[in-house]
Amino acid sequence: MAKKITIDPLTRIEGHLKIEVDVEGGKVVNAKSSGMLFRGFELILKGRDPRDAPQITQRICGVCPTAHGTASVRCLDMAFGIKPPTNGRLVRNLILGANYIQSHVLHFFHLAALDYVKGPNTAPFVPRYDGPGIYKLSKAVNNKAVEAYLKALDLRRKAHEMLAIFGGKVPHVQALIPGGVTEPINADKIIRFYWSLQELKEAVNTIYLPTVYLVGKAYGELFKVGKGHKNVLSYGVFPMDDDDKTFLLKQGVYTKGKDYPLDVKKITEEIKYSWYNDKEVKRYPGNGYTDVTPDKKGGYSFIKAPRYNGLPHEVGPLARMWITNPVLSKHANAFLGVPKSKDVRMRDLGDKAFSIIGRHVARAEECWYVILAMEKWIDQLQLGKPVNTQYKIPKQAEGYGLSEAPRGSVGHWISIKDGKIANYQIVAPTTWNASPSDNKETRGPIEEALIGAPVPDMKNPVNVARVVRSFDP
Amino acid sequence: MSLSRRDFLKICGTSSVALGFSQMMVPGIVNALEKALSGNPPVIWIQGSGCSGCSVSILNAVHPTIQEVLLKIISLKVHPTVMAAQGTTVLEVAANISKQFKGKFFLVVEGSIPTAANGKYCVVGELGGKSVTMLDWTKDLASKAKAAIAVGSCASYGGIPAAQPNPTKAQSLIEILNKADIKTPVINIPGCPPHPDWMVGTLAYVLLYGIPELDENNRPTLFYGTLVHDHCPYRSYYEEGKFAKYFGDEGCRYELGCKGPETYCDTWKRKFNNGTNWCVQNAICIGCVQPKFWDEFSPFYEAL
Repeated sequence: MAKKITIDPLTRIEGHLKIEVDVEGGKVVNAKSSGMLFRGFELILKGRDPRDAPQITQRICGVCPTAHGTASVRCLDMAFGIKPPTNGRLVRNLILGANYIQSHVLHFFHLAALDYVKGPNTAPFVPRYDGPGIYKLSKAVNNKAVEAYLKALDLRRKAHEMLAIFGGKVPHVQALIPGGVTEPINADKIIRFYWSLQELKEAVNTIYLPTVYLVGKAYGELFKVGKGHKNVLSYGVFPMDDDDKTFLLKQGVYTKGKDYPLDVKKITEEIKYSWYNDKEVKRYPGNGYTDVTPDKKGGYSFIKAPRYNGLPHEVGPLARMWITNPVLSKHANAFLGVPKSKDVRMRDLGDKAFSIIGRHVARAEECWYVILAMEKWIDQLQLGKPVNTQYKIPKQAEGYGLSEAPRGSVGHWISIKDGKIANYQIVAPTTWNASPSDNKETRGPIEEALIGAPVPDMKNPVNVARVVRSFDP
Repeated sequence: MSLSRRDFLKICGTSSVALGFSQMMVPGIVNALEKALSGNPPVIWIQGSGCSGCSVSILNAVHPTIQEVLLKIISLKVHPTVMAAQGTTVLEVAANISKQFKGKFFLVVEGSIPTAANGKYCVVGELGGKSVTMLDWTKDLASKAKAAIAVGSCASYGGIPAAQPNPTKAQSLIEILNKADIKTPVINIPGCPPHPDWMVGTLAYVLLYGIPELDENNRPTLFYGTLVHDHCPYRSYYEEGKFAKYFGDEGCRYELGCKGPETYCDTWKRKFNNGTNWCVQNAICIGCVQPKFWDEFSPFYEAL
């Protein structure tokens, strides 16, 4: 008979998440993921000035406010019928890129690492899951990892300081506006940004990537845990041209082993197991609707269930790296035993990519890939050229803005009437990943990834926590 | 080294413009704090309807660094974004610490507290097999704490969840405690998010000397005592009547919607992210340290 484990709260994430699993024969056989917080952003946005949306929606997440800000200004760009000039596009990329570095470093070292590394024997590092076979690093490697934890606190802080050069301040930047960014660039800012980036590049190459692969080596069996549906999607992020035709991390969908172009109209949200009422069984977010009912029978989450073409899809670094399939760092060659002269790409990892450690590797490699691109964007900035485009707020308009947060695809949809927000819908990354089951009883991505996770000790279900955190919810 | 209250105030108020960066506390003071607090007072940090932005902001502390705060100054027993533990253990640790250190521990609250639907809009975890709401957890822990610190505008005033139409009837910490007749003193450190120096500085002050001088919004005057507009580097443009017409234009940002004329804090000298930049220099002030700013100061990009 299956035995139930409830982890509530699942800590070291942003938000309030509850995870329930049924365990049979030492393995997870069923899983439920429940979002336990509702704030009502979509209701609060109604009737407000559209220009306030980027400020308001950044408050959805203090770890990736820039991503919501970016989706929101892209949404307004479309609704207002404008596009940023080259400098505006590049500065937006640099702001978001800086937050990728901050968020990825924070996630691995400060949110996820304590599932693999024993911290000091003092609060808040104790109590923790413990028992035979849980922590596998040698004493020397563990000590090095604790040092890296502390050092990484400086790295993420410096990434934020770099971001603020163009962003104004962070968390919650001032710079993002429809049509581009607020503040003109100058040589001082460019130089400071460039040298900050060099310092971070060095640290990612010598601390972040090696630590991830060290953990991967010590926990090799976790390349087989956390597979999930193996459907992934990416909206595309970091536009490489002013017409939004190509992205550094590409747009695309990978469903049941095949690649497809993204069709935004195939995105829907379902609410069968979510605490919302609706007469429709599913909706395109542009026509979305939010009627919260926390007492709904059968409901188990405040998170809706977004589906692409009716199927759950994982979003995040693994999805983006799988779809983009770029050349990885030389650390990957060493890890896979491939000569340095040869290129290793994300898809060369094969099925290993769809796993707990695969997600951490994808995240660290993405951090490196984005840094290399940021160096080029700094070079492309043009002194004396504008950073924004002027606009008028239309009386009536619709639009959407797609982008990618460090933790996955983020989409905002707006409709404007009488110059005010008539409807605003947000599908956040964790809405995709932590979603409950849908109308067809198909589990959400995190729920599905939990199936099969080994739980040898019911009191210390560390693999459950590891699977969930590998998504960076 | 002993540290007088007077010296401490002087250091906290030091202008970062003069120093070039936010030198709130020099290393010697970290040592003094460490010595004064040998015993590491327990701190329980809980999160309600928020975004964790205040927690991320405190990680940006420089003098002292967050490493020094965590390892030398306080004993952070509970913090859902940081702690190794998960599940019901989190609530058990909080319950045990609040019992063991009753009247001695400090409670930090981040995020507002939803009161509609009996608090169901924010469930913080399970204890004894039952769901616990942020509403109940806050009241229980606050009633036993020596003092409570509301970090961020959500805990201080309700913040964005409490913006109209306040779908979850979210309230501030003070509102919740007043209604429940809990007399624990509360200090507000608003800001969206607050500057790390405001959080670390207030925490240090409270640990060393008790409750600091507060204004009518329960904010420490030390950090929230000056009007942004009075000290703004663009003030002379305002006096001349030279107003920026679009972002990137030269002039005072009043017509772009700057709320500096009604906002009290010291970011004009302290600046954010290790003195890198600040709101008005980059765009406008949206008044994020003021009560009800989401409603009263919006539209943000219209002149006051």
